[in-house]
Parts: sequence; structure tokens; C-alpha cells
Amino acid sequence: MPIIKVNNLSKSFGGVKAVSNINMTIDGGEIIGVIGPNGAGKTTFFNLLTGIYSPSSGEVVYNLDKEISSKSFKPYKMTGYGVARTFQNIRLFKNMSILDNVLLGYHNNMRYGLLSSLFRLPSFYKNESKAYEEVLKLLEIFNLLDKKDELASSLPYGEQRKVEIARALAAKPKLLLLDEPAAGMNPNETKELTALINWIKDEFKLTIILIEHDMSLVMGICSKVFVFDYGTLIASGTPNEVQNNEQVIKAYLGGE
Amino acid sequence: MKLFNKKNTLSMLAVLGVYAIAGLLINTGFIDSYIFLNIVLIGINIILAVSLNLITGFTGQFSLGHAAFMSIGAYAAGILTAKLDQPFWVGIAGAALFAAFAGIVIGIPTLRLKGDYLAIATLGFAEIVKIIGLNTEYIGGATGLNDIPRYTTWTWLYFCVAATVLLISNFIKSYKGRACIAIGEDEIAAEAMGVNTTYYKVLAFTLGAFFAGIAGALYANYFYFLKPDSFGFMKSIDILVIVVFGGMGSIKGSIIGAILLSVISLFLQGIPELRMVVYSLILFLIMVYRPQGIMGKSSLKFFRKRGVLYANHQGK
Amino acid sequence: MEQLTQQFVNGVSLGSIYALIALGYTMVYGIIKLINFAHGDIYMIGAYIGFALTSFLHVGFFPALIISMLLCALLGVLIEKVAYKPVRNSTRIAALITAISVSLFLEYGMMYFVKAETRTFPELLPNKQISILNTSAVLDIKNIYIIFVTISLMLVLQYTIYKTKVGKSMRAVSLDRDAAQLMGIDMNKTISYTFAIGSALAGAAGVLVGTYYNSINPLMGVVPGLKAFVAAVIGGIGVIPGAVLGGFFLGMTETMVSAFGGSLYKDAVAFAILILVLLAKPNGLLGRNIKEKV
Repeated sequence: MPIIKVNNLSKSFGGVKAVSNINMTIDGGEIIGVIGPNGAGKTTFFNLLTGIYSPSSGEVVYNLDKEISSKSFKPYKMTGYGVARTFQNIRLFKNMSILDNVLLGYHNNMRYGLLSSLFRLPSFYKNESKAYEEVLKLLEIFNLLDKKDELASSLPYGEQRKVEIARALAAKPKLLLLDEPAAGMNPNETKELTALINWIKDEFKLTIILIEHDMSLVMGICSKVFVFDYGTLIASGTPNEVQNNEQVIKAYLGGE
Repeated sequence: MKLFNKKNTLSMLAVLGVYAIAGLLINTGFIDSYIFLNIVLIGINIILAVSLNLITGFTGQFSLGHAAFMSIGAYAAGILTAKLDQPFWVGIAGAALFAAFAGIVIGIPTLRLKGDYLAIATLGFAEIVKIIGLNTEYIGGATGLNDIPRYTTWTWLYFCVAATVLLISNFIKSYKGRACIAIGEDEIAAEAMGVNTTYYKVLAFTLGAFFAGIAGALYANYFYFLKPDSFGFMKSIDILVIVVFGGMGSIKGSIIGAILLSVISLFLQGIPELRMVVYSLILFLIMVYRPQGIMGKSSLKFFRKRGVLYANHQGK
Repeated sequence: MEQLTQQFVNGVSLGSIYALIALGYTMVYGIIKLINFAHGDIYMIGAYIGFALTSFLHVGFFPALIISMLLCALLGVLIEKVAYKPVRNSTRIAALITAISVSLFLEYGMMYFVKAETRTFPELLPNKQISILNTSAVLDIKNIYIIFVTISLMLVLQYTIYKTKVGKSMRAVSLDRDAAQLMGIDMNKTISYTFAIGSALAGAAGVLVGTYYNSINPLMGVVPGLKAFVAAVIGGIGVIPGAVLGGFFLGMTETMVSAFGGSLYKDAVAFAILILVLLAKPNGLLGRNIKEKV
């Protein structure tokens, strides 16, 4: 039973087709890579998966808890549906502490009302301390525990990317979308991250879709790879299959 | 995360101590009615600044119409206590609820706008409220509403200020408050993490209006007399100046800012002809030499550097 | 029908004034993203300069207009150099409060020097009225002057912005400040020109209003300043034709609302229109909608 079905998905801006006629199905529990040259429509595809854009035609259907079509997507509803993401150009809350950033990811799992937050009724303490403990565990996984009170903007680039992943995990998603998680990391960091992504997939029972330019990462952990070029899906398959696909080689190296 | 830890107990004792000592000084006449009048003004300004800080400093929604909520509260309390002979607590509650309701009504349409556009729309709403006030016979129109009973005492004032500061600080440290701060930082990221941005913007706006309404009630029931003109554009600016001077996103800053600016304007009353000229120069110097305010550290997104790069992000 | 014609003429005159002030708002906003709250006060000072020239020095209408424009241009440049340049790189809200402080300084500084009382402008233009198409609706000669001066100034502005080097650099800076600087455009010079032109237009509006309504006072700039700003936002702030459109639109609506018995609410209507326009088109009638890239 596939957890994501993409049917004839297209998105155009003005006259430009950023994504056109994408069809795919994705099974649960896998790590999926989305690759392609710059401007191939990968991020637009992610934005369609997370309700930031609505499709010009076609649709996305999730089957995580229940069936949900992109017709009812709204950005703020996605974590409630079990979908969390990170951003290509890191969007942390720069003037909030690491702890608060990750706590914010926990937003939809909080259960207390306005009166409790104004008057600190018992449910405030119950929820906040539970969230606090779970967030500390997440920070420990990402080796960020001793930096929990630092401002997000004070961290180096690689660690900011990790905070963003931790924040997304705090939302307790079933599907995690990572937009270039290794961008700006050195080879050692990338290697470490690759192992970490693999580990959190099993630990949190996730399906992960990632956009990545670093082929060592993609080929290392993805069980299936989709290749985009000029907004269309030009190939899909195991890393080995797409590596040897002629159209893919052409898209990357140019030529006829 | 406990209610009665050492720090909380100490600050509670400090709060009660200040209340008792100042109350004693007022009762024994050490604080005369002129000083007390200024204390009332400071208290009202603290409530206004802290409540606007929730909207503008924390949630990042630029409002130039905060005085309108104060005026709605003031008139509601005035009508309830003067015309309907209700006790003060009904006046305060009514003021807060009416202002909060106005906050919802004004917030839902305008909070879709961003930055300067939101500022000018809130300014517009505040002017509309003022003009409606000027033309409504029941509340005295341009001549104003008279003979409001003087119910605002030290006790009412102090506990309204303390409640405002405590409740807004609590709110800020709850997950709802974090959601508001996140919106001020990066709306798109907040939304992607499950924050219903419209809801939280309206919530912050409504809470801010609620407390501004209380400030209005304290004002109405201290000065006997209300005129729509007192709550115009300049009053909204005065509140904004306190928030910026104190530091955006700092409740302590708003309290200190309200006290300092009230004291400054008290001194300026000694030179009535040049008062506004000197005030404008002080404002200018603060903005040039301390634009982040007394307690300011953060540079929330909207308030960061201007320029074209930023402008391209305006329409998000 | 006759009343409608009459109100149309009045609306166009009032709209011209708003448009002239709104242009300065919009140009400054376009360049440095600052709501220049002091702009309405430059208009007030323009009126006082016109008043001083005509009542004490007995200068004629056109020389007074031109001198006032020049002096206001200087004042605008001076304000930018002294007050806005130091906060150019600080926060938007700090810059806004700086603009408000300049506005208060001009208002109350003027009040200190010329006193708060209202002054009467001398009659500069012939008091002649022309009946329109043989109806009882009349076209005051002053209306013709206002409309003529406004349209001429707008044509000059149009020429400056689209045909001269200064105009080209102004457009470039408003589109992309950093890129414009990289291309060798002198930022300071461009900003100065913008303030000079915008302030000159406000000065012209001040003299026109003085001659039209005959009375001026130090706080006369507050409400028209705010209204002109509203006009600029309605048209799409930063967009020059938008300011003209917004100005005429606002002037016309206000005149019509007053004519049909709503004069008490005319300011409220202006703001209500502003809010309605923004809700329908969040960037104003002619504004561009730029989405943030995710």
C-alpha cells in the first residue's frame, strides 16, 4: 500500500511550467531521493507536497493515517497530517534558543488552552514538562544538548541544519521531507549526517524524501531515486539504475 | 517548572511589598495627588506598552492603532460606570471585553496584510473609530463624555498593571506565545511547523486589545472625562515609542520605557512652549543612538535592516 | 447634474493637491522604504514660504510658487542628510519613529516661531468665475490654476523620471538598491534628488492650497499629509502613476461624500476605502505583488 500517490501533478507560474505531469507512488518506510540539475523543479515539488503551493492541475494523495488529498492541504495543517519538512535556505527562528526552536516543532502535540497558558493551570505544567523532556531527547540525538540555550543564529551552518531536522522531528511526523540536508556541509559532516538520517528513519519509523545534490549521500542511503529535469520526471529506480540511465547522464552532463 | 520555586516566591513578595509601601505613602500623604496622577499615567502606559509589545514586539505585527482599543475600553467603562451605574469591576471587564471584540473584528481582515500596509490599515481603523466617536451623540460626540465616577485607586491600578504584566509574560512563555514569537521571526517556517498563523496573529491582537481596554477603563475612571481626540494617531505613536524605546520583545523594557518616558514628559511640562520640540529631539536622539531600545537585543525580521532586498520579501 | 459637475471640478482640484503630496511620499518610499511622515509638514512649510513671499515681499503667484518649491527642495535634502541618513541602516521601525520626530519638530518648531494662529493668504489670483457649458456650475479661475500647475508638474516629473539620467538611477535604486550600487549609481546623490523633487512638489501643493483656501496654520500638514499617504497606498506605494491615481480617486470620493451629506464622515470614508482597497489588492491598485521565495 503506497503512502503517497502523485497523479498528473503540474504547477505553472505565469506561463512557466515549473513542474509538469508528475506521476509517482511512494511506499512507506523508505528513503527516497529526488535529484536533478538546478531549476529542475525539485523544491517546487516539495512545496506542492507541503501545501505551500497548490497544484495547477493533478493532485497529491497521502495515505499516512487516513487518505488526504492536496485539495485540503494548507501549510499549517501538514504537521497535523503527519508531514514535516526542512528548507533549502534554513529557516530557523534566529533569535530564539535552540531549545525553543525545537519546542516550536512540538506545537501540534501540545494540549492546553488559552486559560492554561495565561494562568499556568496544571495542564500547562504537564504539557510543557513532557514537551521539554522529549525535546531534550531529540537534542541529545543530534548532539546539541549542551547548546540548547544558544541562539539559533549563533550556530555554525551544519548544526543549524541539524536543528532544523530536530525541529521537524519534534512534530512527530510519519513523512519527513528534507530539502538539501547536506548543503554546506564538509565531507565528514555529510558522512555523519548520512548515518544519522538512516538511523532516525528506523528509530522514528519514518518515510523520508530528500532533495540532494551530494550523490554520495543519495547513493548511500536512498532505496529509490526520482530524477527531475525541466519540471518533468525523466527517470526513477534504484540508485544504480538511474546512474546508468542515459537520459539522466544527458541531463547532468548536457549534450544532445 | 514549579509554581512555588524560590524565584517565584521572591518576586511575589516583591510585588506585594511595592504595593504595600506605595499604598502606605499614598495614604499618609507622602505621595501627593500630583505625583499620584503621574503614577496613574505611568501605570496606564505600562499596560498599553506591554500589550502593544505582545502585538508588535513579539508577534511582529506592526500596529499604529493601539490607542483605538484604549478608547473603546475607556468609553465602554465610562458608559458602564457613569450612565449605567455599574460597579468598577463591571466597567473594567466590559472595557476589556469590548476592546477584545474590536480586536477580533479589526484583526481578522487587516492581519492578512504585512508590514507597512498593516501599519497603515490599523492607523485607518483607529481614525475610523475616532471619527465614529466624534459623531455619536450618546457618548457626547466631540464635546466628550463627562461625569465619570473616579474609581481608579492605587489598589485597582496596581493590580491591573501587575495582572497585565504577569498574564502576558505567562502567555509569552507558553506554546501559544512561542508560536506568536515564531511568527514574528519567520512566518513561513512557523506555518510549516503547524502554527496557524492567522489564528495566532488574531489571538495576539485580541489579547493586546483586551489589556489596552483595561488601560482605557483605568483612564476613564480616573480623569472623569473622555474625548475621542485624546485617542488619536499621536497617542498610538506615543505607545509605540515606549515599546521601541524599551526594546521590542522585552516586557521589562516596556515597563522601564513607560516609566522613563513618563518622567521625561513630566519634566517637559515645565517648558510648555518648547515641550514638543524638545520631545521630538529626544525621540530623534534615541533612534539614532539606541535604535534597539534599552533592553533590546533581538532584531526581529520585520524590524531588521531596510532596503530593497527586504522589500522584495514584503509580499510574502 | 449641475451640482455633480461642480463637485467634479472641486474633486479634481482637491485630488490634484493630494496627488502632488502623494508623489513625494511614494518616491521616497520607493527609494528608501521609509514612510516619510514629515512630508506633510514640508507641504505646510511650503505654504508658509508662499505666504511670507506674497504678503511681505509682494511677490506674484508664479515666482512665489517656484521659490517655495526650491526652498522646500533644499529643506527636504537637508532633512534627509541630517535626520534620515544616520538611521538609513537601522530598523524600519526606528526609521519610522525618526520620521515622526522630524514631523513633530517641524510642526512645533514652526508653531514656536510663527505662533499657532491661522494666517490669511493674500488674494493672488483674479477672483473670476466661468460658468461651465451655460449651467450654474462654475469653474473658479483658481481651479484652473491648480489643475494647470499640477498637470504641468506631473509632465515635468514624468519626463525627469523616464528621460533623464537622474530618473533612470532613481528607478534603478527603487528596483534593486544593491545592484544599482554595483552598477556605479551614486546612492547618496540619488536619494538627495528624490527628496528634492518630492519636497518641491509638496511645496508647490502648499502654495496652491494657500491660494485656494486662503488660510494656513502650523498643523495644516497633518491631515492632508496622512490623506496623501493614504492616496499613495491606495495607488500602490512606490508606484508613481499609482500616487496620481490614488490622489485623484481620494479627492473625488471625498468631495462626493461631502456633497451628499456625509461631510462629518469624509475622513472615515477615506480610511474605509483604503482598507477595502488593501483587502482586495494588498499592494494597492497598481502595486506589484511580490511573493517570498520558499
